[in-house]
Amino acid sequence: MSSSVPAQASPTPRLPGAAAQRAGAPRLDAGAAAGEAGTWVRVGGGWTALGFSSARDWRALSEMLAAHPPSDALGWDLREMAQFDHIGAQVLWNHWQHRWPAHVALDTSQQAVLDQVAQFSVPVAPAPGPTLLDHLRHFAGQGQHLVDTSRRFTQLIGQFVLDVGRLLAAPHRGPWRDLSGALYNTGATAMPITALVGLLIGVVLAYLTSQQLRQYGAESFIVNILGLSLVRELGPVLAAVLVAGRSGSAITAQIGVMRVTEELDAMRVMGIPHGFRLVMPRVLALAVAMPLISIWTSAAALVGGMMAAQLALDISPSYFLQALPRAVPISNVILALSKSAVFGILIALIACYHGMRVLPNTESLGQRTTSSVVISITVVILVDALFAVLFKGVGFR
Amino acid sequence: MTEPIVTHGPAGGEGDGANAVEIRKLWTVFKSPGREQVVHRDLDLTIRRGEVLSLVGGSGTGKTVLLRQILGLEKPTRGEVSVFGEAPAALSAAGAAKVGMLFQRGALFSAFNVLDNIAFALRELKVLPDALIRDAAMVRLQMVGLKPEHAWKMPSALSGGMIKRVALARALIMDAPLLLLDEPTAGLDPEGADEFCDLLRGLHRELGLTVVMVTHDLDTLFDLSTRIAVLADQKVIVTGTAEEVIAYPHPFIQQYFQGGRGQRAAQALHAPPAAPAPTGR
Repeated sequence: MSSSVPAQASPTPRLPGAAAQRAGAPRLDAGAAAGEAGTWVRVGGGWTALGFSSARDWRALSEMLAAHPPSDALGWDLREMAQFDHIGAQVLWNHWQHRWPAHVALDTSQQAVLDQVAQFSVPVAPAPGPTLLDHLRHFAGQGQHLVDTSRRFTQLIGQFVLDVGRLLAAPHRGPWRDLSGALYNTGATAMPITALVGLLIGVVLAYLTSQQLRQYGAESFIVNILGLSLVRELGPVLAAVLVAGRSGSAITAQIGVMRVTEELDAMRVMGIPHGFRLVMPRVLALAVAMPLISIWTSAAALVGGMMAAQLALDISPSYFLQALPRAVPISNVILALSKSAVFGILIALIACYHGMRVLPNTESLGQRTTSSVVISITVVILVDALFAVLFKGVGFR
Repeated sequence: MTEPIVTHGPAGGEGDGANAVEIRKLWTVFKSPGREQVVHRDLDLTIRRGEVLSLVGGSGTGKTVLLRQILGLEKPTRGEVSVFGEAPAALSAAGAAKVGMLFQRGALFSAFNVLDNIAFALRELKVLPDALIRDAAMVRLQMVGLKPEHAWKMPSALSGGMIKRVALARALIMDAPLLLLDEPTAGLDPEGADEFCDLLRGLHRELGLTVVMVTHDLDTLFDLSTRIAVLADQKVIVTGTAEEVIAYPHPFIQQYFQGGRGQRAAQALHAPPAAPAPTGR
């Protein structure tokens, strides 16, 4: 069992990096002796993070380690190891159950690494998880959270009103460049997508209703149905949903990143109020752009409906356009416009609110952007229902 | 327990002669419409194993760009960069096991706590058991001078110095033989910077790392580096020890080191730590 004592530690090259591939997998060889009495385990191969990166080698090593549980009779000879780093030391140290075995042969650098691991290996306290009390507290905090949120949102609206007052008092000092930029970003660039979606919805609606209308011989009523539903309801809501998804998320992300990178703090230090420079231009821009986009969407949808009506019911566009003003009183258009302005203001306010509330981490940014869009769309539909109830006597003939 | 048998590891010289990083005839050109900006022109630089090399240069001389090219994050316009004899693009596959990087602002993953940040690269191997990874991350955490109770904090709750330490621990987790540091002491108070230097010197000695460092802090520069490379006129104008570099006649160097701050720091200049023989690991 015994052989001569290795006078020197193994002369294998101990170069990190490039040598890792040559060094081979980490391994244990049982039975060989380091000169002293007793059973020794020779530890060899590359005991580095890279050496453990192959799942097969790791499984083999785990089996070898399991076959040599630490005991007083067993000695460990590390001198044939090609490479040894802190991860390797950690594997050994954990296998030795956090104490030095009775017999061990190693060189100075290996001892230094093992010493360091031994010094800093502490029992890891698990992450403090939430207790029942924490859950209760969290539940109880929900009410407070709701109150806080509504208070902050009311504050935001109040600040917006004050800022508009300030703008009216001194229009020459207003943030007009921000306003026109926001107008372009939220309004002009939204035109292609809203037109496309509106057109397709118009076509779909016209085809579906034409099937039913033909059964009753009431083909000409398609003008009334399309006109009323598109101008009064679908156009504004469709446009608002698209803009909430497009511009609402953009506003939240933009303000949120400004918060993460402390740009908001920098602005505040310079005495530039957030409400006046960031919130108000965006809200005003959407208040102006939203009604225009809504009319644009309705128009595109009517064009789509007109085309489908001609194809499906042989109703000519000229008849459609003649019949439209009779079927849809102008008050519907006014209602749609004012409704859209309210949608725009709400979308922008909600987006700004969430942007300002982003915490300085990536997860919060994602969460806030999601809730900004989801809440805007929900609020748009709620407010639309409110309008439908309040103005049920307006615009019908 | 009996005394462990301790032998002394072979004191390898300069290893097998291979350098850690070799940069040959490197050109970096930033193109913007209607304008070309040449940052590096025929730049040559060799970084030997086991040394601490500091990159010094004025603002906009492309020090950070050079680090990013060593990491393979950016491709040079012309010329070649090799890290341990391989192209840097090949490095990213083997990942954190070969190169550790300390970014200027830490670049910690803000969605993870400190321990998960440090353990990330090990966990991505998807081989080692979770308990071992946690232990290893805990050891790193304490090696850089943090306490175990900091492990569960989120990066947003850390101070600037602690972010640097966590980022260093994360760069060290795989015991990568090459460590790149971008402004390691910027934004630290003098005491914190000193501690950080001590920490880096200790790690360099114990692990036999090759360290490449970009720094503007002259104290750190004289304290840690075994060699200094000066970037000016779009290339490395001189590399050598602190004394050699200071003696080099070039207007930038004279201004940089002979200014008031440079004088004060140079007075405190003591013999920099000798490049440790790359001991066996």
